[in-house]
This record gives sequence, C-alpha cells and structure tokens, in this order.
Amino acid sequence: MAEEEVKKAKKEAIPRQKMPEQAPEVRRRNFKEVPTGYTPETAMLEAQRCLQCKKPGCVDGCPVQVDIPGFINHIKEGNFTEAARLLWQKNSLPAVCGRVCPQEVQCEGVCIVGKKGQPVAIGNLERFAADYERINGKGELPPKAPPTGKKIAVVGSGPSGLTVAGDLIAKGHEVTVLEAFHKPGGVLVYGIPEFRLPKEIVFSEVAFMERQGVKLECNSVVGRTVTLDELFAQGYDAVYVGVGAGLPTFMNIPGENLIGVLSANEYLTRANLMKAYLFPEYDTPIVKGKNVVVLGAGNVAMDSARTAMRLGADNVKIVYRRSRQEMPARAAEIHHAEEEGIEFFLLTAPTRFLGNEKGRITGMECLKMELGEPDQSGRRRPIPVKGSEFKMDCDLVIVAVGAGANPLLTQSTPELSLNKRGYIIADPETGKTTKKGVWAGGDIVTGSATVILAMGAGRKAADSIHNYLKWGW
Amino acid sequence: MFKIVKREEMAGGTVILNEIEAPLIAQKAKPGQFVILKANETGERIPLTMADTDPQKGTITVIYMIVGKSTALFKTLKVGEGYKDVIGPLGKPTHVEKVGTVVCVGGGTGVAVLHPIARALKEAGNHVIAVIGARNKGLLILEEQMKAASNELHVCTDDGSYGHHGFVTEVLKKMLETKDVKLVVGIGPVPMMKFVSKMTKEFNVKTLVSLNPIMIDGTGMCGGCRVSIGGETKFACVDGPEFDGHLVDYDGLMQRLQAYCDEEKECYGTFCKLNP
Ligand SMILES: Cc1cc2nc3c(=O)[nH]c(=O)nc-3n(C[C@H](O)[C@H](O)[C@H](O)COP(=O)(O)OP(=O)(O)OC[C@H]3O[C@@H](n4cnc5c(N)ncnc54)[C@H](O)[C@@H]3O)c2cc1C
Ligand SMILES: Cc1cc2nc3c(=O)[nH]c(=O)nc-3n(C[C@H](O)[C@H](O)[C@H](O)COP(=O)(O)OP(=O)(O)OC[C@H]3O[C@@H](n4cnc5c(N)ncnc54)[C@H](O)[C@@H]3O)c2cc1C
Ligand code: SF4
Ligand code: FES
Repeated sequence: MAEEEVKKAKKEAIPRQKMPEQAPEVRRRNFKEVPTGYTPETAMLEAQRCLQCKKPGCVDGCPVQVDIPGFINHIKEGNFTEAARLLWQKNSLPAVCGRVCPQEVQCEGVCIVGKKGQPVAIGNLERFAADYERINGKGELPPKAPPTGKKIAVVGSGPSGLTVAGDLIAKGHEVTVLEAFHKPGGVLVYGIPEFRLPKEIVFSEVAFMERQGVKLECNSVVGRTVTLDELFAQGYDAVYVGVGAGLPTFMNIPGENLIGVLSANEYLTRANLMKAYLFPEYDTPIVKGKNVVVLGAGNVAMDSARTAMRLGADNVKIVYRRSRQEMPARAAEIHHAEEEGIEFFLLTAPTRFLGNEKGRITGMECLKMELGEPDQSGRRRPIPVKGSEFKMDCDLVIVAVGAGANPLLTQSTPELSLNKRGYIIADPETGKTTKKGVWAGGDIVTGSATVILAMGAGRKAADSIHNYLKWGW
Repeated sequence: MFKIVKREEMAGGTVILNEIEAPLIAQKAKPGQFVILKANETGERIPLTMADTDPQKGTITVIYMIVGKSTALFKTLKVGEGYKDVIGPLGKPTHVEKVGTVVCVGGGTGVAVLHPIARALKEAGNHVIAVIGARNKGLLILEEQMKAASNELHVCTDDGSYGHHGFVTEVLKKMLETKDVKLVVGIGPVPMMKFVSKMTKEFNVKTLVSLNPIMIDGTGMCGGCRVSIGGETKFACVDGPEFDGHLVDYDGLMQRLQAYCDEEKECYGTFCKLNP
C-alpha cells in the first residue's frame, strides 16, 4: 500500500465520535441542553477523520462557504482559538449554527467521508470550537476600521440582523439595532428552546457585539414606535430590515378559538422568552397539557412537542398530514423527539376541534390521508381517505404548520414592494429593496427558512450597504 | 428603565395611576392605543391603555385596577422607581371624526380608557354625552376629567351611593330614546360592553368597544389575543383593540379570558402572602 492510502485507511478506522447526551429518560423532564459537547480529546480525534480534501464537497454544501477543512485542521492540531477565528471569517454565530444547522442536507450531506461511511461531524466540531473560544478565549475584540461617520439602523435582532450589525460595525460604521421584543435574538431566543440552544450563548454573542460598539434598543417596534422614514429623518444613512416571519398560521377549522389551542409562536414565546417553564418563579403562565397534540412536523413542531413533554405531559403526539419522508425537521430533532417518547401520527389531519362547556379543548376529529401526485413544493399531496374519520382526545393543541409575513412594518412603509404572500421583495445578491437606502433579508424575504440562510443574506446585504455608503445606491 | 414620575391611588387604592417617562411613545401615541409593560426581569408583559400622554414632557399615563399578581406588583412601584420595559404605542388608534352626538359609556377602569377617546371626539366637534359608572361612589374614577372631556356627564352607581341608582345601560337607553345619537363608544367590563352593544343594536346605532383579551407580544406575532368578530378571527393587538360592538363574540372573549385563571390565582396568592 502506498503511504497515502495507509493514512486514509487509518482515518477510516476512526469511527464518527458520538456526541455525549443526557439520557432520554432524564432529559425529557428537564430544560438543560441535550448534547453536552465534545471534550478537546474527542474533538481532536473527530478532526482526524477529515481527509483535508483538495476539492471539499462540504464547503460548497455550506450556504456561507465556511473553510471547513481549514477550521477542522486547526482543531486537529489543538489550535482551537485559530479554529474559531477561521469560522468567524464566514459565520458570526458558529456556536449557534453548530447546534441548529441542518448539517445532514448541507455540509455533512456532501462530505466525501460520508460517501462510504458516516460523514465527519462538522456541526459538532463547529460547536466545539466556538464553545471553547467563548469559555476559554480572551474575548479579544476583532480589529475595527476607522470611523466612517455613517449611521445604520438594523431592524430586528434575529440571526440576520445580528450578522449585518457585526459586519458593519467592523467596517467602521455606527450601528443601532432596533428590536420589538424586550430581549434580543429573534427566533434564537423566543422560538428555539433552551434545551437545544442555551440562551446564554445568544446573549453572550449579543454582549460581544455591544462591546464592539453596536447599540441595542429593545422595545422598539418599527412601524409603531418609529417608522423607517423617521429613521432617515433622524440621520440614519441606511436601514436593514430583518424582522423575520412573525405571523402565526392557523388551520382555519372549527373550534380553533377554544382555550388550549395555541399557535406554536405563542406556546414557545411563553415557554422560552417569558420563561413560563419556570412559573411561578417567572410570572407568565402556560397551559400544561397532559395529552398534547402538535400539528406539523418541522423544527417548530419538534420544539413544541419536546417542550410539552418537559412541562410534564403524559403523552405528546405529532400529527402530520404527510409521511415521514416529507417531515421538514432536522434529522437530529426527529431522532431526539422519538427517543424522548413523542409519538408520530403520520398521514393524519384534524378536521375540527372539540371543546367542553367552559370552552376548553377536549379532543379533535381527524381524517386519515394518503399521498397523491406531487404538488408545487414537489412533495406528494395528501388526499383524505373516505370514511376514515376518528377522534383523538387531547387537552392542548399546538399549531405548528408554518408562519407568514407580519404586516406591521411593511404596512407602515408603502414604498417597500411585497410579493403575493406579503414578503419583502429584495435582490437576492445584494438585499436591496425597492425603497432607496433600505435592505432586507432573512425570513421576511424568503419566508421561514434557516438560521444560516438568514445570516448569509445579512452578510451579502452588509457588503452592499458598505458599498452604498462609499459609492451610492 | 422607564421612570415613574407621578403616582396616585384612586378608588380606595384599588386603582393606581402611573405617569411614566417614555418620550418616544408619548410623541407617537394617539387615543385608543395601548402599551405593554413589564415591571422586572421575571415579570409578565401586561397591556394597558394610555389614559393620557404629554408629548412635551415625554410622559404617558396608565391607570390600572389591581386584579392579580402583575398589577399588584405594579402597585408596589414608587415614584422614582420604574418599569424595566414599556413597549408601544400598540394597536390601532380610535377613528375620530365629527358625526354629531356621541355617547361615551364607561364602566369601572374602562373610564380610564374612555377618557382620551371622549376628549378627542369632543375636540373633533362632536356633542359628547358621557355616562360613567362604578359599583359604588368610592370606586368611581376620573369624574372631573370626564366632565371636562364631555358636554354632558351622567354618573351611575350600582348601589345608588352617588348619581343615578342603576346601570349605565339604563341612562344610555334614555339617551338613545331621546336624542339623535350617531355613535356609541362603550368601554368597561366585558358583560357591560355586551349589554351596551345589545341595546344599541336595537336602536341601530353604530357602536365601538375596546377589547382586552390576554396578550403577549402585542405585535400580531402569537395569535393569543384572537377574538371572533362577525365570525372572522381577528388579532385584537393589531386589528383592534377597538371593534364594531355589534359583531363581537363576547361569550367567546369571556371564556378565553379565563384561560389561565388557576395559574393566576396561584401566582397572586403567593404574592399576597409575601407582600401582605
Ligand atoms: C421554533 C423554531 C425552531 C427553529 N429551528 C431551526 C433550526 O433548528 N435550524 C435552523 O436553521 N433554523 C431553525 N428555525 C428557523 C430560523 O430560526 C429562522 O429562519 C431564523 O431565525 C430567521 O432569522 P431572521 O433574522 O430572518 O428573523 P428572526 O429570527 O425571526 O428575528 C426577527 C426579529 O425581528 C423582530 N421584529 C419583528 N418585527 C419587528 C419590528 N416591526 N420592529 C422591530 N423588530 C421587529 C422580532 O421580534 C425578532 O426578534 C426555527 C424557527 C423556529 C420558529
Ligand atoms: C389592550 C388592552 C388594554 C388594557 N387596558 C387596561 C387599562 O387601561 N386598565 C386596566 O386596569 N386594565 C387594562 N387591561 C387589562 C389588564 O391588562 C389586565 O387586567 C392585567 O393583565 C391583569 O394582570 P394581573 O397579573 O394583575 O392579573 P391576573 O391574575 O393575571 O389576571 C386577571 C385577569 O386579567 C386578564 N389578563 C391576565 N393576563 C393578561 C394579559 N397578559 N393581557 C391581558 N389580560 C390579561 C385575565 O382575564 C385574567 O383572568 C387591558 C387589556 C388589554 C388587552
Ligand atoms: S455553517 Fe452550517 S452548513 Fe456551514 S459548516 Fe457550519 S454547520 Fe455546516
Ligand atoms: S398579542 Fe400576540 S398576536 Fe396579539
């Protein structure tokens, strides 16, 4: 055997390092993070599995083209700080992305090692490097360009807005982030639960940006407290709109206003942002269901189901009208949910909610479905099976069937052109909208997507804003 | 922090007035809009209507009744202390135009919500007849202010300890029978708004009510505040809080207001024990 091949064979002999996790029986009743993270030793071992390909598939698979072999090589050498720095070049929130990216359809999905066996655990390594640096690093501020005297307002403090803020402050501009809620972070804080993404990580990222000079103004509902035109009148030179897809979707079936039928947005906001899982230490209450039904099968549905389990449910059912293959959640979330005892009722759709005389939900009527021809989304269309009606008892229903564009800001800014569904039209390369000096990106442009895509859009817009401030629209 | 610059106890300490520094909100707020307040880190987000604003001073005024843990906690805040978060102005402003004779009916703390609306309607050139009520004289609020904000003021108490002995709807009925009323604005407890609307329906007079469902974000993001209006689901925080009184499903609203009553009792009970 040639020396190269010996090296390769040795690498292949190292199995993918397992992520240590809290046991399912334990974690299903607590809100602590599920995976506990690699140790430096496991991280270095896992890093050895990377072939350092000349033409790496993973980099193309990553929406922001992180230098994956590069940062993995630093981990292999034990240079964790260097690894984190390299990650930051392309991704300002690696500790978040390592935890929530759908790696199986991105970097890891096209990893060469994965062709024969299991792909390199890129997400776990990304998380490791970022966590290591956050906990052990000196917290040195990145270099900042000399002040330009230009002022930028960023509306919304989700991953997309935070990326724009981080990029533009480094380029020497003054940046103010306006956030409607009383806490920054967007979905990372109000939507994704503590057991999947500890809030302390998000707040530490935000605090880091504040140390770099980003100003944060919470409790600012743009469109109400202040309008985009008023921001320009106050002297801002450019505005980035990253307000997310904050409009709940309901099923439009009878009984939807019964007590105990909640949008996932409401349920998760109560649980996460308002910390209702710590009620009565925190004042906000939440419905603690015993027989819980979650409608939908995306990440939002998995998060709702697993939250309900942690709040003491006897059983939690995911009810989804298509089959397992079409479930949009990350593979890891579905796996974790199943381990925690969440049941899946697939090819099932509710037709009405049933309540008692106090207006509380007691159950729902359902229909079985079968799959027909593919629809516009390319997924096979569910068709009701005649005569398959049945009843399901429940005392809490969480509706997690998607989100829409919240019109609060866009209604107050008629010059922003919207598409049919109410999302802002923006140039995919630059993020420019139809209103001069205004950029947009993230979920408010694409509809509900992913953290990394929202960040990618933010990065492109930041570059475009920087050019505009130098050269004009 | 949003500092409290003035604090008053009303209705024997069951109702509190806070004037709060919030310059941005004070500049933008219009009658009928509300704010969401959060006292501290662990607090709940509580919606309260602005009873007054002073754009020059940069302050807003809220008037609230103590009904549970959060309002009891608000009551403990002194002048110089403040709220951690105040968000607003939220909701659609009242549509104010000159229509002629308007009857403004307010019950309980609803009078606080009614006051800026009555004043705006009067300033717009309407003949404003105000009818305000409370269970007894001690619980009546803002009588002087309502007098100034209206052309005619009628006061009712359920027990007859002051003014007309009986419900506001009785006085309203007389007005509807004897005057050419173009618009009724009814704000107060849900049952009161329900009966006001039922009565004005008989007289076919347009009626506005202000709904108070449980809210969280106040920006149309959670759907928790949904109410059924003419069979259609609306979000009170962005589509309201004012709606056509003849279309509101009041029974549904009353039920939904009870969603967390067990938890609220527990929370309030503990708070009362700790803060006798
Ligand atoms: C429960 C849940 C789980 C998810 N899980 C994953 C996952 O595992 N992996 C993944 O990649 N993606 C996941 N997503 C999707 C991902 O979180 C979003 O795609 C991403 O957060 C979008 O980022 P954004 O910056 O565009 O908007 P958001 O994160 O929605 O942030 C928008 C911010 O703008 C604020 N805002 C809104 N209106 C205004 C206004 N008028 N004025 C001021 N501020 C305003 C909002 O309060 C919010 O803070 C999940 C989403 C949810 C809801
Ligand atoms: C748009 C709007 C404007 C309002 N304006 C005023 C006002 O000017 N003055 C005033 O005294 N009250 C007003 N209210 C009602 C006020 O918000 C509630 O009385 C308050 O939230 C009660 O909180 P608590 O913790 O003290 O009582 P709790 O014990 O929590 O609740 C007592 C009752 O208040 C209601 N309630 C509880 N939580 C909320 C919530 N988050 N949002 C709305 N209602 C809730 C429920 O029906 C509950 O049964 C308004 C409500 C809304 C929606
Ligand atoms: S950002 Fe997401 S896709 Fe890119 S390398 Fe990291 S985990 Fe993979
Ligand atoms: S309070 Fe959440 S949508 Fe109205």
